[in-house]
Amino acid sequence: MALLIAQLLTGLANAAALFLVASGLSLIFGVTRIVNFAHGSFYMLGAFIGYSLMQVLPGHFWFWASVLLAGIAVGLIGVIVEICVLRPVYKAPELFQLVATFGVILVIQDLALLVWGAEDVLGPRAPGLKGIIRIMGEPVPKYDLALIAITPFVLFGLWYLLTKTRIGILVRAATQDREMVGALGVNQAWLFTGVFFLGAALAGLGGAIQLPKGGADLMMDFNILAAIFVVVVIGGMGSLPGAYVAAVLISVLNVFGVSYLPQSTLVLMFVVMAVVLMIKPYGLFGREEVAGEHGQVGEPERPIKPADARGRMIVGCLIAALALLPMFDSTFLTILITDILIFCLFAASLHFLLGLGGLVSFGHAAFFGSGAYVAALLVSHAGTPMELAFLLAPLGAGMAAVIIGWMCIRLTGVYFAMLTMAFAQLLWSLVFQWGEFTGGDDGMVDIWPAEWLSTTNAYYYFTLVVGVGAIILLRHVAHSPFGYALRASRDSERQAEATGINTKHVRWAAFAFAGAMAGVAGGLFVFSKGSVFPTELEIAKSFDGLIVVFLGGVKTLSGGVVGGASLELIKDFLTRFEFWRLSLGVLIIVVVILAPEGIVGTVRKLAEHAGWMRSKNAREVTGDE
Amino acid sequence: MLDLKSIESYYGKAHILSDLSFSIGAGEVVSLLGRNGAGKTTTMKSIMQMVIPKGGSVSFLGSDITGLATHKVAKMGLGYVPEDRRIFTDLTILENLEVGRQPPRDGGYEWSVEALFELFPNLKERQKNRGKEMSGGEQQMLTIARTLMGNPKLLLLDEPSEGIAPVIIEQMAETILRLKSEGMSILLSEQNLHFARLVADRAIIIESGTKKFDATFAELDAHPDVRDAYLSV
Ligand SMILES: Nc1ncnc2c1ncn2[C@@H]1O[C@H](COP(=O)(O)OP(=O)(O)O)[C@@H](O)[C@H]1O
Ligand SMILES: [Mg+2]
Repeated sequence: MALLIAQLLTGLANAAALFLVASGLSLIFGVTRIVNFAHGSFYMLGAFIGYSLMQVLPGHFWFWASVLLAGIAVGLIGVIVEICVLRPVYKAPELFQLVATFGVILVIQDLALLVWGAEDVLGPRAPGLKGIIRIMGEPVPKYDLALIAITPFVLFGLWYLLTKTRIGILVRAATQDREMVGALGVNQAWLFTGVFFLGAALAGLGGAIQLPKGGADLMMDFNILAAIFVVVVIGGMGSLPGAYVAAVLISVLNVFGVSYLPQSTLVLMFVVMAVVLMIKPYGLFGREEVAGEHGQVGEPERPIKPADARGRMIVGCLIAALALLPMFDSTFLTILITDILIFCLFAASLHFLLGLGGLVSFGHAAFFGSGAYVAALLVSHAGTPMELAFLLAPLGAGMAAVIIGWMCIRLTGVYFAMLTMAFAQLLWSLVFQWGEFTGGDDGMVDIWPAEWLSTTNAYYYFTLVVGVGAIILLRHVAHSPFGYALRASRDSERQAEATGINTKHVRWAAFAFAGAMAGVAGGLFVFSKGSVFPTELEIAKSFDGLIVVFLGGVKTLSGGVVGGASLELIKDFLTRFEFWRLSLGVLIIVVVILAPEGIVGTVRKLAEHAGWMRSKNAREVTGDE
Repeated sequence: MLDLKSIESYYGKAHILSDLSFSIGAGEVVSLLGRNGAGKTTTMKSIMQMVIPKGGSVSFLGSDITGLATHKVAKMGLGYVPEDRRIFTDLTILENLEVGRQPPRDGGYEWSVEALFELFPNLKERQKNRGKEMSGGEQQMLTIARTLMGNPKLLLLDEPSEGIAPVIIEQMAETILRLKSEGMSILLSEQNLHFARLVADRAIIIESGTKKFDATFAELDAHPDVRDAYLSV
C-alpha cells in the first residue's frame, strides 16, 4: 500500500512538467489551430535557459525566479517564431503550418548545440527541497511534493485567465470565429501572438521546472513530443482540464508500468490513447471538430489531370537519363539515386493518401517499416528466397494497413493524424522491444538480394523498374474511378455519400493501398541496404515523408516524387556541413513561406504566369474532368 | 459619412460587385435592397474590408479605408452585424457582449450592458445562458447588441429580419427606429420591402452587383417597374 502511494506520488510529480508543456500545446492548437511540432523544442530551450540562469543566480529565491524567467524567455522566443514563421502561413491550409514548425525544430536543435554544446547537463537541485520525506516509510523527494502542489495552481491560474478575464473571453471567441472577432474591432493577430507567448512560456516553464529531476539534453525535444501530443489528444485538443487529467493518467500509468510491466513502457501511452480515441473519438474533454469550421478552407482545388504530351516527354527523358546512369560507373551516384527512388516511392504513397484522400497520416513509416521487416523476417527466420520475400513485403504492409486503417479512418483531421501516429509508435515499440524475434535496437542484418541482383547496377535497375512502375501505378489509380471517388470523399463527404460512394470504405481501401505501396518501398529498401533497423518505423521517418509531400506540393500529383527527390538531394548536400540542421530548417521555413503551394505548385504557377503552360482558365474552357 | 466609389469586389476569380457607388450621410438610415444573391452581403463585407475591393475606394468619415485591416475599420466606428449572426456559441450572453466592447469614440454615444438589456429585455433574462441555447430571434438581438457594445457610428445590418418570427420583426423595427432617433446612421440590407420601408429613409437597389436604383421610397413607389424587375415582393 505504502509503495503504491509512493508510486502514485511519483506519477503525479512527473505529470507536472508534462501538463505544463501539454497545456501550452493545447492552448496554441485550440486558438490558432496550429499543430506546433516545435513545442518540444520550446521545452528543451526552457530547460537549457533555466539551467544557465541557475548557474549564475544562486539561492532559494533565484531558483524559482530562474524557472519563471526561463518561461518568459521561451515565451518571447515563441513570439519571434510566431511573428516570423507562422504569421505568413496562417492562411495556408490546415496542417500545412506543421511543416514550418518542423523547420523551427531543426533550427533550434542546432542553435542549442551551438550555445550549450553536445554534453547533457545535470539539473541543479532546488535549494531548500533537496531531501526526501518519508510517507508511510517510503521515501518521497521533497521536490516531487512541491511539483504536485504547484500544478493545480497553474491549472487554476490558466482556467481563471481563460474564463474570467477579458483576454480569456476574446481568446475563446477567437477560437470559434476569428474573423468575427476582428470585425468587432479586436486585433486578432496580436491575440494569436499572445496565445503563442503563453503556450511557449508554459513549455519553457515545464522544461525549467523539471531540471532537478531530469536535467537538460539535446534529445529532450523529440523525447517529449510524442508524450505531449498523446496527452493533448487524450484530454481533447484545446481542453486544459483534459490536458491535466491526461497528463496525470499517463504519468501514473507510466510509473506503474515501469515497476510491474517494464516491456510495456514504450507502448503504454499509445495503447491508452488508442483505447480512449476508440471510445471517445475527440478525447475525454474534446469537442467534435467540424471541417472548415475555422475558416481554413483553402482555394478550390484545381482539377488533376493526366500528364499532357510535354509532361510525358519530360518524364520519359528523365527515366531514360536514369537508365543510362550506370554507364558512367559512379557507384556513389548509383547508390544515391537508388536511395532517392525508394524515398520517392514512399513519399508518393503518402502523397496518394494525403493529397487525394485528404488523410494526413503521421504514421506512414509504419508501413514502409512493415514492408522492410516482413521481408527481413522471412529471409532470416524462414529462409524465404528474396524474390518471394520481396513480393510478400507489400502484402504484409498492406495487411498492417488494413488493420490499422480500420481503426483510424473513423476519425478525421488532427485526430486521425494522432491515431495513425499512435499505431505507428505501437508497431515501432513492438519491433524495438521484441528483441529475440526482430533483433530490437540492433536491427536485422544480412538481408541481401538474390544472386542475379547482387551487383549495385543490377539492383539499381531493379529499383528503377519497380519504383517507377509503382509510382506510375499510383498515378494510374489516382485517375481511375477509385481515385475520383477518393477525391470526392475528401471534398465533400455528404455529396459523395449521396452519389452512392461509401466514403469510409473508399478511405479504408486507399489507406491499405498506400500502405502496400509504402511496403514496396520498404522491400526495396531492405535489400538495397542489406539491413533494417527500428529507425525505419520511427516518427521521425513519418515526419520526413510529410515534409516531403508538403514541400513538393499537396495539390499536385508529382508533389510527393519531386519533394522526395529534392529533400534527399538537399540532405545529401547539406549533411556535409557541421550545422546542416540549421540550414535545412531555414530552407524549409523559407520554402513554406515563399512557396505555400509546394515546389511543384509554385513552379507551375510561375510557368503559367510566364505563359509556358496552359492556364487554369484555359483548362476550364477545355472542360477537364 | 460613408462613401463607396466604383468598387469592384471578387471572390477568387468570381467578379461579384462592379462599379458600385453610393454614400450615406450622418444620421441617415438607408436600405440596401436586392434579391438573394444580388450582392448585399458582399457589399457589407467590402465596406468592412473582409472582402477587399480590387478597384474603387471606400471612405469613412473622410478617410480612405480601402485595404485597411478589418479590426481597424471596426475601431473607426463601423459596426457590422452579419446575416448569419455568428454569435460565439460557447460563450454566455454577457461574454458575447464583452467581446464587442470598445471604448466610446469622442462625442459618441456610449452603450452599457444595462442600456442594451433595456433595449433587448429578452437578453437580460438569459444573460448567463450560452449562445447556443438561444432561439434565432434572440441570437439576432444578441448580434446587434454585441455590435452596439463597440459604440459604432454607422451600423451595417445584414438582413436582420431574415428567418425570425413576425412579432420579433416588429420589435426589431422599433429597435432600429430607437437607434435612428438617437442619431445612429444605419445601412440595412433587406429583401423585405415592407420592413425596409418601416425604418429607412432611402432605398438603394442592387442586382448582380450593380446599382439599379437610389432614391426615396416615394420615388420607388412611382416606379413600380423598378420594383417588379429587381425585387421579389
Ligand atoms: N464565399 C463566396 N465565394 C464565392 N462566391 C460567393 C461567396 N459568397 C457569395 N458568393 C456569391 O456572390 C454573389 C453575391 O452573394 P451575396 O453578397 O451573399 O448576396 P446577397 O447577400 O445579396 O444574398 C452570389 O452569386 C453568391 O453566390
Ligand atoms: Mg446576404
